[in-house]
Amino acid sequence: MSVFNVFHIAGSALTAQSMRLNAVASNLANADSITSADGKPYRAKQVVFEATPMPGAAAQGVRVKQVVEDVSPGRLVYDPKSPAADDKGYVTMPNVSVVDEMVNMISASRSYQTNAEVMNTAKQLLLKTLTLGQ
Amino acid sequence: MVSPIDNALFFQQQALGLRAHRQQVLAGNIANADTPNYKARDFDFSSVLKNAMVGNASGDLALVTTSAHHLQSSSDTGMPALLYRKEIQSSVDGNTVSMDIERAQFAENAVQYEAGLTFITGKIKTLLAAVQAS
Repeated sequence: MSVFNVFHIAGSALTAQSMRLNAVASNLANADSITSADGKPYRAKQVVFEATPMPGAAAQGVRVKQVVEDVSPGRLVYDPKSPAADDKGYVTMPNVSVVDEMVNMISASRSYQTNAEVMNTAKQLLLKTLTLGQ
Repeated sequence: MVSPIDNALFFQQQALGLRAHRQQVLAGNIANADTPNYKARDFDFSSVLKNAMVGNASGDLALVTTSAHHLQSSSDTGMPALLYRKEIQSSVDGNTVSMDIERAQFAENAVQYEAGLTFITGKIKTLLAAVQAS
């Protein structure tokens, strides 16, 4: 039944978009974390999407290929009172761009909504098919 | 296609199967709206349906084989060839999914699928009326 595959495809997109939303939440929450587990400032994390064949389906679904750490340098803030300040008084802040993350969040939530609607449409079509001939 | 009832429903059955298949392809496009380098796919519904009907007229959709070692193909595994959608606005990441086009096509295809269901139901009702004594 190929309409069922629509559920698998849209479901893969829901998973991928929620992982992206997860990364955004982590980045925004840690926008000011000047130390992390390794003692260095937090680095922004970004997900990389990849089209992937779904079993039995004609079209491709999507999956998160990897989560990459942003390698751009963190911004420097002059704060000599901070315990994390270097010998010149500068503190390295995380390289999270709050504006970028907000854009990412809106895009992810819109994509999530669209795929949820796709699933809803597929469900309606299947239910209609079940009443065929009545 | 031996029985006349099969013949009466064959066209609608083929059309419905292709609509379900197309729904899946369009769901794949929507799922991959944020995937870098993904190219939007679709197929030409009317020409594929015409081919399926021509195949029915000749009564044989399977590939002709000249040796016993050739792989056998059956008509119901024959999937329509997927084409690439023409790009309207290019994006930097190489993705050619245009969300408004995909959404419109998805909605249209869902309505056409429901129309197909209505037509089949009508056919079934007609056949039932023919076999029932009033």
